[in-house]
Amino acid sequence: MKKTKLPSTVEEFMAYAWAMEVEAADRYAELADLMATHHNREVSELFAKLSRIEGKHRDQIAAQMGWTRAPDTAVFRWATPEGPETTDYGDLHYLMQPWHALKLAEHNEQRAVEFFDRFAAARVPADVQAAAREMAGEEREHVRLIGEWLAKVSPPEPGWDEDMDPPAIAD
Amino acid sequence: MNEVTASPAPAPVMRGPNDYKSDVKPVWCPGCGDFGVVNALAKAMAKLALEPKDVAVVSGIGCSSRIPAYMASYGFHGVHGRALAAGTGLKIARPDLTVIVTGGDGDGYSIGGNHFLHACRRNVDMTYIVMDNRVYGMTKGQPSPTTEPDWDSKLSPEGTGLREFQPLVIALTSGANFIARGFTGDPNGLADIIEQAVRHPGFSFVEVLSPCVTFRPEQKEWKKIVKADALKPTADMTRAARRMLRDTGFELGVLYAGERPPYAPRGPRALRPAADLEARFAL
Repeated sequence: MKKTKLPSTVEEFMAYAWAMEVEAADRYAELADLMATHHNREVSELFAKLSRIEGKHRDQIAAQMGWTRAPDTAVFRWATPEGPETTDYGDLHYLMQPWHALKLAEHNEQRAVEFFDRFAAARVPADVQAAAREMAGEEREHVRLIGEWLAKVSPPEPGWDEDMDPPAIAD
Repeated sequence: MNEVTASPAPAPVMRGPNDYKSDVKPVWCPGCGDFGVVNALAKAMAKLALEPKDVAVVSGIGCSSRIPAYMASYGFHGVHGRALAAGTGLKIARPDLTVIVTGGDGDGYSIGGNHFLHACRRNVDMTYIVMDNRVYGMTKGQPSPTTEPDWDSKLSPEGTGLREFQPLVIALTSGANFIARGFTGDPNGLADIIEQAVRHPGFSFVEVLSPCVTFRPEQKEWKKIVKADALKPTADMTRAARRMLRDTGFELGVLYAGERPPYAPRGPRALRPAADLEARFAL
């Protein structure tokens, strides 16, 4: 099984944080396009908004580190197939509603908290631990904000995924 | 005489994965594994620092064969099952191009099955990516050569009862020089495999487990049973064949990285005008 490579410097640690935001922003943008293709405009706009938010985090990290080009991808290695904030393609449904999209986003933010918490508790230099605690704190704030957002969105009615005229049927 | 000053060479353009995707948006079903292949292919191209103008993505027919439209490179969406024939011709005519042939299990193993055998045998330097979902998705769910014999569906009640096609075994015995298996749920791991496949000389074959969430929703469980990095590359064919004897179909990684030199037209014959060659045929 793959193991996450522990960063030995803050620079390496921030490369993880940056890569995580890049993957998350790119994936949300892909999902926004995908939902637009399937005429689910409401969820498409929500994914596009989530992409912009993650993209902002990505740019903030690059600015904070003074990076003018992407860090070397060889620096980081995920233990999971993709970054902790990246939505799995398989978790989508063409009839999904904003509530589902926000639940996915909440799940992603929670995984990001756990990811940074692990670094904060790992055998890494003290300045890396401190940076990891700070990032975990930011991700906790994101979980809270998405929780507030979710509270304003109606959960789906039973049978939300039933379609009397599905686009693809086997018979 | 005017003094000619050489202009400095242009700086190489650094491209990210998104620069290898076109503006055409995929029309696949949400949740389709093929999204992971576009993602992985774009990442691999970025890692290889390929110029989009130097890459050709060739395909046949089927859901997965739409890929050329989604890449920013040259593309050819060809005839059902004939993607390898088109790709072979292209690579022979334009050896400077990186040729990546793509398709599905029906296109590649059934309609194009014969081309698959001979592409392995010829060992032309190109990469073949097969998105295997064990079903014909575009035509609404018929069993394909890799479908399990007992897959019970409305179009194959009680299953076909037919033994599955074994793509990696066939590729190994037919002469493919690089053989690997990836999974769309791991686009980063798949990108690594595609990168290795493109770098490896000769015919590289990458079988990709790519779930069809519409006609095979049970394949969503694949992400729980695949085993990452379970196949380790060897140049020893016997060892690779032994490894295949205990293959479950869900082990990922590179099975075989052979040392057979890729096909190349021999010597001056390749440069001879067509008329000279025609003159040698008895008509």
